[in-house]
Amino acid sequence: MTDNWIWHTERIPPAVTAWLTGLLGGGAGVELAKMVIVAAILTGFVSLLALALVWIERKVAAHVQQRLGPMRVGPHGLLQTLADGLKLLSKENITPLEADHFVFHLAPLLCFAATFVALAFIPFAPDIQAVNFNVGLIFVLGIGSVGVLGILAAGWSSNNKWSLLGAMRAGAQIISYELSATIALLSILVFAGSLDFRGIIASQAGGWWIWRAPVVGFVAFVIYGIASTAECNRTPFDLVEGESELTAGFHTEYTSIRFAMFFLAEFVNMFVVCAISATVFLGGWMPFHIGNAAGFNRIADFIPPWAWFFGKTTLLVLVFMWVRWTFPRLRVDQLMNFEWKFLLPLAFCTLAVASVLVTAGWYFFPG
Amino acid sequence: MEMTPGPTTPAAPTGAPVYEDYFVNMGPQHPSTHGVLRLVLKLEGETVLGLTPVLGYVHRGIEKMGEAMTVLQFTHLTDRLDYLSAHMNNWGWALAVEQALGIEVPERAEHIRVIMSELTRISSHQLWWGVLGMDLGAFTPFLYGFRDRELVNDIFEKTCGARLTMNYIRPGGVTADVDEDFAKDVRAFLDYFAPVIDEYETLVGGNIIFQERTKGIGVLSPELARSLGCTGPTLRASGVSYDVRRNRPYGIYPKLAFQVPVATEGDCWARYKVRIAEMRESLAIIRQALDTMPEGPVRAKLPAILKVPAGRWLGRVEAARGEIAFFLVGDGTDKPWRVKVRSPNFSNLAALPEIIKGNRVADVVAVLSTLDVVVPCIDR
Repeated sequence: MTDNWIWHTERIPPAVTAWLTGLLGGGAGVELAKMVIVAAILTGFVSLLALALVWIERKVAAHVQQRLGPMRVGPHGLLQTLADGLKLLSKENITPLEADHFVFHLAPLLCFAATFVALAFIPFAPDIQAVNFNVGLIFVLGIGSVGVLGILAAGWSSNNKWSLLGAMRAGAQIISYELSATIALLSILVFAGSLDFRGIIASQAGGWWIWRAPVVGFVAFVIYGIASTAECNRTPFDLVEGESELTAGFHTEYTSIRFAMFFLAEFVNMFVVCAISATVFLGGWMPFHIGNAAGFNRIADFIPPWAWFFGKTTLLVLVFMWVRWTFPRLRVDQLMNFEWKFLLPLAFCTLAVASVLVTAGWYFFPG
Repeated sequence: MEMTPGPTTPAAPTGAPVYEDYFVNMGPQHPSTHGVLRLVLKLEGETVLGLTPVLGYVHRGIEKMGEAMTVLQFTHLTDRLDYLSAHMNNWGWALAVEQALGIEVPERAEHIRVIMSELTRISSHQLWWGVLGMDLGAFTPFLYGFRDRELVNDIFEKTCGARLTMNYIRPGGVTADVDEDFAKDVRAFLDYFAPVIDEYETLVGGNIIFQERTKGIGVLSPELARSLGCTGPTLRASGVSYDVRRNRPYGIYPKLAFQVPVATEGDCWARYKVRIAEMRESLAIIRQALDTMPEGPVRAKLPAILKVPAGRWLGRVEAARGEIAFFLVGDGTDKPWRVKVRSPNFSNLAALPEIIKGNRVADVVAVLSTLDVVVPCIDR
């Protein structure tokens, strides 16, 4: 029963290629058609993802706060975010009088493009990945850093002192925490021996790195979780927006679709970091297997790989949301102290220990 | 501090950059200034070099209006000062008028006044607690605070018919007797709320980030607090044990056993601890007042027209934010010759520019929130 394309998604791309070749007779047209299809799917996916994430966030927030959240538009308010999105699009697009027009209009695009591109590298299931190349992880981390440019540009061009404060905070915060995030991932990469997402997932066939790399796997997972929260500007690291301090931080002056792009980028970014975390630490789309427990493993295999991927990612997303609606916000100097005096040294230690463990072969199921 | 924006460096040589101070307006429309308060911040990066509060956005001339209406009519306006301690404001005014006219208040009314005032103190602190959480970036406490405040408001609504501007305590007693469910409702609330305070402590006070954000921030020394005339929890958190209920007793407070919580650090954390402790004390006070509440009339017999004799009187009570006092000058007519309101918020806000220097922008929000000012009371 599991022997079909739902479980074996690696059969889909060749099938599509074969179908397109039959349709267009081969040549460059096939490649072009593939690009268009993939782009269309990704765009649709991003829109759906943002709608779903915003709805989940509002529901999680509501239930943490002992209320119901959106209930009126559609069953359990499912269509609420759609309605809000349409409302946002129909709003007037305001540019402040003295703003730097070019930069002001470029900033939301930069922010959105950075997260959108990162999504193309995420392996959702076997061979279901828009782009793959041998240093995929490094590329995703690099492209993620472009997002901060968008935030800085937004704050700088808005001609608003609060926006500028928010943007300066963002610059300091995101660049600092990126270091910890990257080093935490590096300490797993030395185990996996690959920078390629497929290679990383393949290396976890015997078990997920979060437990196979003794202790360091878990420590690196937690460090990455904290650092990526800061990278996504979410509570307790939401100083960039800091609603009660900076009104709305860098996007104070943005309205309509441009604001929506920042909003969208923020939520998609959260999904991307959770997806990376799930892929590197929790085996991506790999099902959970226990050694020789054949019965259990068969049941685990019965869940399709993409369901495993989305399950793990959603779980991490929910943790992000839970944290957001529980914690207060750090102050800017505390934020920096925490990163440079605690998190980064810890990340370096993790990396050093990981290297020793790999060299000595002291981890579960090496080879 | 010089607050006019302009170049601070002396005339620079031609071509050299001229540095200007970075001024930012926090308010009058800002999520954390709790109403229409405007703070002009002088910043260097995130560090606050100076702060000037700008007041008067909700000035309604309440004191002047008092000269044009009878003493009973003015009770309505006292609600609109610090709207979060409406009952206490009513009581302060009632005290001034009762002294002027020599009115004896029935025993039952005194008990009702205490219960209502302490319920108001709790509901005010509930709101403060929620808003403090929100100001520090945690949205959830805000809704928890409102959830519990709703129960107090329901009791008020059932008794006085209003939820915000009650106009219930008036010269001579209270407007009307409480409804028959009153004691039951209040007791139910007391039983419900005692464990909830522990929940408050766990959710916000127990959080390491919250402690880091409040400990050692905005330290108000006892000397400064005294010299500025700070009162209420703000003063008591600085180690000065002054409470109108105990130091200048009124109503039936001398007959009630209660503690005046005091902390010595004077920082945001101390103010937090004092207010949390005050909520517990208020619960104890309400319990005692309920247990000893007698039957009887709730309003003294008053003449149809209340003529204020010539003279001066001061009615002072401990409101949720400190001592609110009403100074009444009479000239023998039915209208006051002059009404002066001593606002606790005004004095407490005066501490802000002094204690914020050298802290960060985020601390302005934390300190302002723990000083807990209500702007309409400042502007009047």
